[in-house]
Amino acid sequence: MILANLAALQVVIPLLAAPIGIALRPATLAWAWATLVAIAAFACSVGLFLQVQTGGPISYAIGGWEPPWGIEYKVDALSTFMLVLISGIGASVLLYARRSVEAEIDPPRIYLFYVAYLLCLSGLLGMVITGDAFNVFVFLEISSLSSYAMIAMGKSRRALAAAYHYLILGTVGATFYVIGVGMVYMLTGTLNMDDLARLMPQAAGYRTLEVALAFFTVGLALKLALFPMHKWLPDAYTYAPSVVTAFLASTSTKVGLYVMIRVFFTVFGAPYMTEGIPVADVLVVLALAAMFSGSAVAIWQGDLKRSLAYSSVAQIGYMVLGVALISVAGMTAGLLHLFNHALMKAALFLALGAVFLRIGSVHIQDMQGIARQMPITMACFVVGGLSLIGVPLTAGFISKWYLMLAAFQDGRWWLAVLIVLSSLLAVVYVWRVVEAAYLRPRPQGAPVATEAPLSLLLPMIGMAAANIWFGIDTSFSMTAAEAAARAALGAALGTGGVQ
Amino acid sequence: MNPLLWILATPLIGGIGIALAGRQPNVREGVTLVTAGALMWQVWSLLPEVLAGGRPSVTLFEVVPDVPFAFAVEPLGMLFAAVASGLWIINSIYSIGYMRGNREHKQTRFYICFAISLAAAMGIAFAGNLFTLFVFYEALTLSTYPLVTHNENTEARRGGRTYIGILISTSIALLLTAIVWTWVLTGTTDFRPGGILTGAIEGPEIGLLLFLFMFGIGKAALMPIHRWLPAAMVAPTPVSALLHAVAVVKAGVFTVVKVIVYVFGIDLLANAPSAEWLLYASGASIIIASLIALRQDNLKRRLAYSTVSQLSYVTMAAAILAPLSIMGATLHIAAHALGKITLFFAAGSIYTAAHKKKVSELDGIGRRMPWTMAAFAIGALSMVGVPPTAGFISKWYMLLGAYDRQAWFAIGVITLSTLLNAAYFLPIVYAAFFKKEKRNHHSDAGHGHGPDHDHGEAPLPIVLALSATAFGTVALFFLAEGPLALARQVVGGTP
Repeated sequence: MILANLAALQVVIPLLAAPIGIALRPATLAWAWATLVAIAAFACSVGLFLQVQTGGPISYAIGGWEPPWGIEYKVDALSTFMLVLISGIGASVLLYARRSVEAEIDPPRIYLFYVAYLLCLSGLLGMVITGDAFNVFVFLEISSLSSYAMIAMGKSRRALAAAYHYLILGTVGATFYVIGVGMVYMLTGTLNMDDLARLMPQAAGYRTLEVALAFFTVGLALKLALFPMHKWLPDAYTYAPSVVTAFLASTSTKVGLYVMIRVFFTVFGAPYMTEGIPVADVLVVLALAAMFSGSAVAIWQGDLKRSLAYSSVAQIGYMVLGVALISVAGMTAGLLHLFNHALMKAALFLALGAVFLRIGSVHIQDMQGIARQMPITMACFVVGGLSLIGVPLTAGFISKWYLMLAAFQDGRWWLAVLIVLSSLLAVVYVWRVVEAAYLRPRPQGAPVATEAPLSLLLPMIGMAAANIWFGIDTSFSMTAAEAAARAALGAALGTGGVQ
Repeated sequence: MNPLLWILATPLIGGIGIALAGRQPNVREGVTLVTAGALMWQVWSLLPEVLAGGRPSVTLFEVVPDVPFAFAVEPLGMLFAAVASGLWIINSIYSIGYMRGNREHKQTRFYICFAISLAAAMGIAFAGNLFTLFVFYEALTLSTYPLVTHNENTEARRGGRTYIGILISTSIALLLTAIVWTWVLTGTTDFRPGGILTGAIEGPEIGLLLFLFMFGIGKAALMPIHRWLPAAMVAPTPVSALLHAVAVVKAGVFTVVKVIVYVFGIDLLANAPSAEWLLYASGASIIIASLIALRQDNLKRRLAYSTVSQLSYVTMAAAILAPLSIMGATLHIAAHALGKITLFFAAGSIYTAAHKKKVSELDGIGRRMPWTMAAFAIGALSMVGVPPTAGFISKWYMLLGAYDRQAWFAIGVITLSTLLNAAYFLPIVYAAFFKKEKRNHHSDAGHGHGPDHDHGEAPLPIVLALSATAFGTVALFFLAEGPLALARQVVGGTP
């Protein structure tokens, strides 16, 4: 019974648990409830992952209404890959959250924070699992609205402005998406993605379809913060509570990319990306611009959350670049980086959260000499940073290796060169932190920090260890990413269409 | 466990031991010495098997499909590992004298990082493919960074930035690209006698790939990417001695020779006009670095530029592409290691005893520190290539190889640079022994270590260590048959 309905439970558990959380006012109780729910969601994801691995894709009809009339939940290798990642990060961040949230959010609002967190989690999971284009919009709004609320809970008053900024741009993005959905519905009369893909050839040639594609592209690019539509991201990440930044940086933009992959490859199909409007080429250019501008700007940021936020803009560029190569190798590399980058940014932002807890700032000036007082936290930061640079035996190296390989195999060796050149910028923005934290003395009169509490250290160490683990044993991440890439491309290309 | 894995694990286990013994300096230094001894014994006990033609190897696991984490011993790596592990013991004895004599801070961290660096050097020496080599190459860069920045002052930070900046960026931007390209072309990154690229690449692309490799291997300090090496001189002298005269830079030129012999293959490069630039680039590097060395008054900087020049000897000898010159390159890895570590030991000895860093301050110091300056003289003679020192033999083979290939440019470079080497080393020796000590007329009251500071020899461990390496420099001249046998196997000779 439970096993057969895992696909529904995946979303329903956190969605229904959220309103229950309103009744659980004490902060610790609210935290425990949210954590328990997130762990349950993670269990569902792992269960689905194993089911898909052995039994192939699952199609689940919500309420027994058969697709394409009812809402279909479509679980294939790509979606389980994403589900495991999102719910895994979601649960890890919650394990870490208790002390950090107590310090950064108004006590009377803490229970509401956990409610918003669970809603956001269910929205993200829903976007990934659903096979219905309009349903994606519904979950997109659930996750976005709860994100705005969580960001606005940041301690600084600027958090409100950041949340408002994000609200406007996020709404524009969502609206563009839904306009795109409306146009394809006009042409085909269906909202189910597989059904859309089937009917798409009949609609080919209509200008409306091209316009729809443009709306989809711009709307989703806003959600995943692809250059130059990333303006909301730095402020949102900087002023949000540390926990929110760690969670959103590792999941939210990734889901945006996932939806983009679904729309481009499942609905429109890979051939459409290169014929007509050269979407793939546009994406390559934007990705390169993101890689260089994001990393370059990251170098000059004093606030490290902001620096890492710009780094995220750059890293999203790498993922989009992989996807835009439109080959199994490129898609694999993009998805692999999506996974690995989630691990890096989780480790880095969790470490910064611990620093913020202890000294109330993550400005590079205030963090001088901090490594002597918080050695474990900064060691985790260094591991995350090395992974970001792409030093061998870290997860980041694996993604860079595959990305370069995909570029070479595509005959675009100049892309490989640009990839490594832009990653040199990461050396600069990571190393200046290492230098400040390890080689400078604590400033006069700076607060004496102590090592972060164990409840923060353990998830942080876990994330840092994951960066090393997935840099050495790539059997899970690699196999999953490759299966996911084949699932994403296979539907559109048939078998063996692109190598 | 496989003996190769034990060799990698030994320094790491030693590092843990050092950390545990951190509060008791005598025990801690004991652990370092025992670890170094155990490492040397294990490495040297592989020698007979390798000399007899054995190639012990072990494959661990695949990090990405078809790219395994693998180790394999071949003669070149054997020589590099034997030199590095052997000198670690001597250097540890020296470190004890130096670090205590100068009352350095954070000595435990120093010894731990040293042990990790040695593990990384062993990994480079025994790497079975380019990927494994790259992993340890980066590990060596990162583990030596805390050693370079040991003093934690502005100068150390600046030096460290240059060090890590150049080494990491060249390796990621160029070397990694070269490795991925090689993999795409051949489907393997293994080191194989005769190379793996034959038939997979042709025309100007050979020259381009060679460019990516040669400038990607920043540790070989081919000009213009040599700046990290003088920058690294802010480190305590034992670090300059073992790491920046032996482990790190030799890892660089070792990789250069390895790539030329086992990845490209001598025959492929010999028939590729686009690869000829390396001969000229390395020749220019030798001469320019020597000219810069001539003008340095800071002794360690002069030694650093001498190292840049000597490293390019190895690169040029490999680029001549004659079997005899490749043998010369192999021998030079050992010969230069012994000579240059002696010179650095002497520089550190002078600093510890006399607190002098400048060449111009060394007049007459030979009378106060006869052992140190005698060792310095032997090291200097080896750099110039005067018999009976090890430097003569490697230069001899390089010249033989150059003559074989009618590489007159190389012969000219070697001749000219020999003169330059003599010009920047021998005056130091002359001044130390035959000039009169300068008397400082500025009163330097209140400072116990003024230039007039009355001093004798450095502490005993330092004198022991530098005498041992000076002795080794001469001994290698007479016992060159061992390294020669290995070098012959590098170029395909049978055991």
